[in-house]
Amino acid sequence: MLRVEGLSAGYGDITILRDLSFQAASGQVTCIMGRNGAGKSTLMKALMCLVPASTGTIALNWQTVQNLPAHQVPLSGIAYVPQGRRLFGPMTVAENIEVGLLARKKGPKTRDFVLDLFPRLRERLDQVSSTLSGGEQQMLAIARALCLEPEVLLLDEPTEGLQPSMIKLIRDTVLTLRDNGMATIIVEQRVDAVLRMSDRVCFIAHGRIEADVATAELGPDSSLFRQFVGV
Amino acid sequence: MAFGPFLFLALLEGTVMAAVLALTAVGLSLVFGVMRVVNVAHGEFFMLGAVAAWFVTYYLPFPPAVTWTIALLIAPLFVGAIAATADVLVLKRLKYDPEATIVATIGLLYILQQAALTFYGPDARPVEPPFHLRLQFPWFGYSGYKLFVVLAAGLILLAVWAFMTRTKAGLVMRATQVDMETARAFGINVDRVYAGTFALGAALAAAAAVLIVPIQQAHYLMGHDPLLLSFIVVIIGGLGSLRGTLVAALIIGLSDGVISMFFSPTLAKIIATLLVALVLVFRPQGLFGAKA
Repeated sequence: MLRVEGLSAGYGDITILRDLSFQAASGQVTCIMGRNGAGKSTLMKALMCLVPASTGTIALNWQTVQNLPAHQVPLSGIAYVPQGRRLFGPMTVAENIEVGLLARKKGPKTRDFVLDLFPRLRERLDQVSSTLSGGEQQMLAIARALCLEPEVLLLDEPTEGLQPSMIKLIRDTVLTLRDNGMATIIVEQRVDAVLRMSDRVCFIAHGRIEADVATAELGPDSSLFRQFVGV
Repeated sequence: MAFGPFLFLALLEGTVMAAVLALTAVGLSLVFGVMRVVNVAHGEFFMLGAVAAWFVTYYLPFPPAVTWTIALLIAPLFVGAIAATADVLVLKRLKYDPEATIVATIGLLYILQQAALTFYGPDARPVEPPFHLRLQFPWFGYSGYKLFVVLAAGLILLAVWAFMTRTKAGLVMRATQVDMETARAFGINVDRVYAGTFALGAALAAAAAVLIVPIQQAHYLMGHDPLLLSFIVVIIGGLGSLRGTLVAALIIGLSDGVISMFFSPTLAKIIATLLVALVLVFRPQGLFGAKA
């Protein structure tokens, strides 16, 4: 379980996250929803220690991670798929996967697992990753993160700009990972995707979690979506 | 001597220069490509390599072939260690800010230069080549050592290419070059990569100096020309592009050899600088660089 309590973080003197708290349980998908500038991506970066926390606690299974150097966070079991994928573009699919495998010294078994999850990548191992389609790039970004065999997976807008078939594939993958016991935190703006794949929804505004609701309690016309996302 | 043999001689000289220049400039290009640091002290790492080679060959009581070989191994390690120390003590503390690191490396340039003046002295001193071999062409004789320099530089560049494309360390460096923040999110210790890259860049300059010092002599001010020419090469080739650096080194080296032979070395430098100006105006990213 990932537990965040009283987290404040930002860039330099600018505070973005203010006293933010929530939990992400194993075997559950937690969605973070909010308007642009609410602090969703900053939260993801703060969880990876890419943005320094000024106060508060980030704990994975009671082990605090907020004071770790950023490069040690993946070793603790948290993996991150950034917004816009941010692949190592000039490198091949195989090399991107290799980078994912390096940190936790994972081998062929893990590599085969992620390639079985996304067979299309297996056919394109030698292709330069920047030349992949948007959907394939997203597959690779997720595959690269899964190479860490994480306990917690952070996905920042994974369905952004993708066609419906790819969105379904990403959603099915997330649900498979959930069923395997992984804690997944997704920043997502699409209400239909949130309702179909999440167990809880945390609504963020002005750097705080303002509402934390079980997805079962939400419908497509819920006032919370209008209030915090504007749809 | 007829035009043909003259041209052949000019091309030979140009090839020697291109090989050494490529080795030096690849170090500068690596540092900029991975760290985004414009290392103004790069020429001083070249100078330190030559000075270190002189110390090793002068004080070790072995034949020139042995001492020179030892120098080729020790000088890059020594200079690389100095560079890694400078990275940790200076560049890291400046958070690799592009403007601040330019000023810092200018300071480093003067520190290294004055240290060499203090401990090595103002004289230019010769280093014995590892072997003496004269190759006799139909029109003239030529130094076998100079051709060995081309071969050795080529082998070192091949090793750098293999390191970057075939090893895990090279993979990590390339990933850091593409996206430092994402590299961190995948467990890459970027600080360590930066220190290693700065050391490797300096070591390549030092290796180039050890190769060329039996031809040029070691002097505490010898870093200026390699610095200027390396900048010319990496700007023409494209900052951070190793392929571009090699192609540009060949263009600059060969044109310098030919123009110096038939006209004057000064004209060669003028044309190279003019070429840089044209590249900056019409193709600012260089021949092989990516658009910003």
